[in-house]
Amino acid sequence: MPNMSPYKVKIPEQPPEIRNKNFLEVSLGYTCEMAKEEAQRCLQCKTKPCMAGCPVNVKIPDFILHIACGEFEKAYEIINETNRLPAICGRVCPQESQCEKFCVRGVKGEPVGIGRLERFAADWYMSNRSPKAENIHRTQTKVAVIGSGPAGLTCAGDLAGMGYDVTIFEAFHTPGGVLMYGIPEFRLPKDLVQKEIENLKQLGVKINTNMVIGKVFSLEELQQEGYQAIFIGSGAGLPNFMGIPGENLNGVYSSNEFLTRINLMKAYRFPQYDTPVRVGRNVAVIGGGNVAMDAARSAKRLGAEKVYIVYRRSEKELPARLEEVHHAREEGIIFKLLTNPTQILGTEDGWVQGMECVEMELGEPDKSGRRRPIEKKNSKHVLDVDIVIIAIGQSPNPLIKSTTQNLDTYDWGGIIAEEATGATSIPGIYAGGDAVTGAATVILAMGSGKNAAKAIDQYLKRQGYY
Amino acid sequence: MYKIIKKETLSPSVKLMKIEAAFIARKAEPGQFIILRVSEKGERIPLTIADYDRAEGTVTIIFQEVGKTTKELGKMEEGQELLDFVGPLGTASHFENIKKAAVIGGGLGTAIAYPQAKKLHNLGIEVHSVIGFRNKDLIILENEMSKVSNKLIVATDDGSNGIKGFVTDELKKLIEQGNTYDLVIAIGPLIMMKAVCILTKQYDIKTIVSMNPVMIDGTGMCGGCRVTVGGNTKFACVDGPDFDGHEVDFDEAIRRQMMYKSFEKQALEDHACRLGGASNA
Ligand SMILES: Cc1cc2nc3c(=O)[nH]c(=O)nc-3n(C[C@H](O)[C@H](O)[C@H](O)COP(=O)(O)OP(=O)(O)OC[C@H]3O[C@@H](n4cnc5c(N)ncnc54)[C@H](O)[C@@H]3O)c2cc1C
Ligand SMILES: Cc1cc2nc3c(=O)[nH]c(=O)nc-3n(C[C@H](O)[C@H](O)[C@H](O)COP(=O)(O)OP(=O)(O)OC[C@H]3O[C@@H](n4cnc5c(N)ncnc54)[C@H](O)[C@@H]3O)c2cc1C
Ligand code: SF4
Ligand code: SF4
Ligand code: FES
Repeated sequence: MPNMSPYKVKIPEQPPEIRNKNFLEVSLGYTCEMAKEEAQRCLQCKTKPCMAGCPVNVKIPDFILHIACGEFEKAYEIINETNRLPAICGRVCPQESQCEKFCVRGVKGEPVGIGRLERFAADWYMSNRSPKAENIHRTQTKVAVIGSGPAGLTCAGDLAGMGYDVTIFEAFHTPGGVLMYGIPEFRLPKDLVQKEIENLKQLGVKINTNMVIGKVFSLEELQQEGYQAIFIGSGAGLPNFMGIPGENLNGVYSSNEFLTRINLMKAYRFPQYDTPVRVGRNVAVIGGGNVAMDAARSAKRLGAEKVYIVYRRSEKELPARLEEVHHAREEGIIFKLLTNPTQILGTEDGWVQGMECVEMELGEPDKSGRRRPIEKKNSKHVLDVDIVIIAIGQSPNPLIKSTTQNLDTYDWGGIIAEEATGATSIPGIYAGGDAVTGAATVILAMGSGKNAAKAIDQYLKRQGYY
Repeated sequence: MYKIIKKETLSPSVKLMKIEAAFIARKAEPGQFIILRVSEKGERIPLTIADYDRAEGTVTIIFQEVGKTTKELGKMEEGQELLDFVGPLGTASHFENIKKAAVIGGGLGTAIAYPQAKKLHNLGIEVHSVIGFRNKDLIILENEMSKVSNKLIVATDDGSNGIKGFVTDELKKLIEQGNTYDLVIAIGPLIMMKAVCILTKQYDIKTIVSMNPVMIDGTGMCGGCRVTVGGNTKFACVDGPDFDGHEVDFDEAIRRQMMYKSFEKQALEDHACRLGGASNA
């Protein structure tokens, strides 16, 4: 008999007034009993509408059924067939616009907590089982993967699983991409990401860190080194600025810089770690996506008194995951919606001392279908802040494009690649993730890595390399 | 890992190290830099590639011990290994249609200018170098610079080596003596580069400076290294570090360098405390 409660089983969380002072994970995850109870809310729909919402087609009702029966290992194995990083996706997927959006339980009440259950199965497996050594037929064929974000990791894992000799080249000193330097510890513990990466190494994936492709090797040189195929998963790392006066004042950060200092370089543990970050008294974060929420909540945790999210559209258009917006509010982040910055004001010696903003109202829908914000007359006002963090999006880094002849890209920098395969304009070179789509999501990046792995396998077999 | 093959002390606070890094040595060009990390909890810091040996697979760095990381680095010995060493980063210098150039090095800037002077010299360009230091104990790379320069002037602020004065005064003298330079390369403290640019602007001589803002990734990802050049925001790690000195907003760069002053002091003091603690124990 299914559990007909209209609400998800509540997930234990650190209380807001405590967690907004530490970097420990906000959500503590379900216990076995809670997971079983939530799993029983699933109606096991024959048509599996939820699956259509998952970019990697996790067999959702199947794995949930096993959780309901207490067969957690089996549940994990089912998820793992299509998703190599379930502990991560369960935590960061925007479920409300993917799998859970299509869940029939969502029609009257809350959808089944698919993400939470996925996370539960993955966490359970990690703490109760060690990864099985897979018996794989190995080939000598070498494949290079550029970048170790979710796209690169997935592609590398799948190819290694097929027996290829895969090497990841990563620019930073630690693999993981945005999972390591962007998304904060309190949302995605870094130990967990590293464990997932360890699992890939077990599969035979080699990871060369400190390798900026385009600088230390060009793609052509990698081919000369014997890599028969290349996957580019270099992400969208180039920070956008607004182009308003005052952006180069001391105290203005890109979200990338702010979050990298904190996550990758562990500035929140300064001075045990050497890299500092300046947080100030009052902080304005410009933008309304996950990145903005992460920056704001990090600033709060580092002791800022007032932290504002400054976003030019309304609540409804906030692109962040619902859960993050909700958590941010609980933690005391102040939302200045329909507000647009026009200028950052500075002291004589070059430090931020305020941000001039105007209020906006929503006009006609624009090309993206969202209503275009327009400025309200006489609405100019100044926010009293001493740190400004700009989180208005990122574009692909031009480094690889500029050092690779014949690699076609869009004007905005994205690599042009076939959607189903990731094939670029150069035979044997594939691309996926944010490098192709611009800033998107972890699961889409993984999906593209997966598709590219399949296509690379077929390509190599066609070339007679297997 | 990146092994220290050779270590030399050039002046009391300036050290040279040759590091094993074959891939980087193969691609390095003058004007480029590396980013290194000494230890797991350490900061990433940028240092110029002072020299490289492609056959031997080594990269030479020269650094001044100014803060925590450079002091820790200075304590490392031959045979030990650095945790991270990434490069070659930044845009290499390009010299076209130049017959005669002046290279100005201020203090440690001399180490950053040296590979450029060497490249100019190897291209057959006439090189006049002026290097300046606070006093004679701080002079570095005098021999190396003299080997790649047709004329070398070593100035000290206090005259302790004979020639007293600032590098700008010496450059001005050279220009007024009738030397016509197609290019001036000025590398040193921001104040010095600014002063050289003000001077060369008067004579309308193209001047290249090397900017050294705080950096993290060195690949264009954080935007922390932004400088304003010709009214546009540039990222020094990818668009530079060399820029047209007449276009650089030095005053902004000087202000931006102050951003982490108080933290740097704390890191260093804590470091000293811990060392002190250890020796007391
Ligand atoms: C702060 C933040 C929060 C986010 N929150 C969420 C969320 O909650 N849910 C969600 O689904 N998505 C979220 N996203 C988006 C998501 O993280 C990205 O869409 C995803 O990581 C893209 O994966 P990727 O593999 O394409 O690239 P990345 O994760 O960006 O990885 C690219 C990797 O390539 C490396 N690289 C780049 N250039 C080179 C080169 N030339 N040579 C070698 N290596 C190179 C980079 O160092 C990096 O490690 C967030 C993003 C950020 C920044
Ligand atoms: C492209 C580039 C090339 C460089 N090449 C060299 C080189 O060849 N040799 C060398 O000795 N130094 C070089 N520097 C400067 C070097 O990076 C800094 O001295 C180093 O980061 C200081 O680290 P620290 O922890 O020892 O000192 P900190 O305690 O961090 O700082 C001590 C002092 O150094 C200054 N400083 C801090 N960071 C930088 C920085 N990134 N650039 C300049 N000054 C800084 C601070 O203002 C402070 O006064 C270069 C910098 C850049 C950006
Ligand atoms: S991978 Fe993401 S979208 Fe797919 S089922 Fe899991 S949480 Fe939902
Ligand atoms: S739509 Fe919802 S209830 Fe139906 S199978 Fe999927 S998760 Fe279960
Ligand atoms: S150092 Fe990060 S963009 Fe230049």
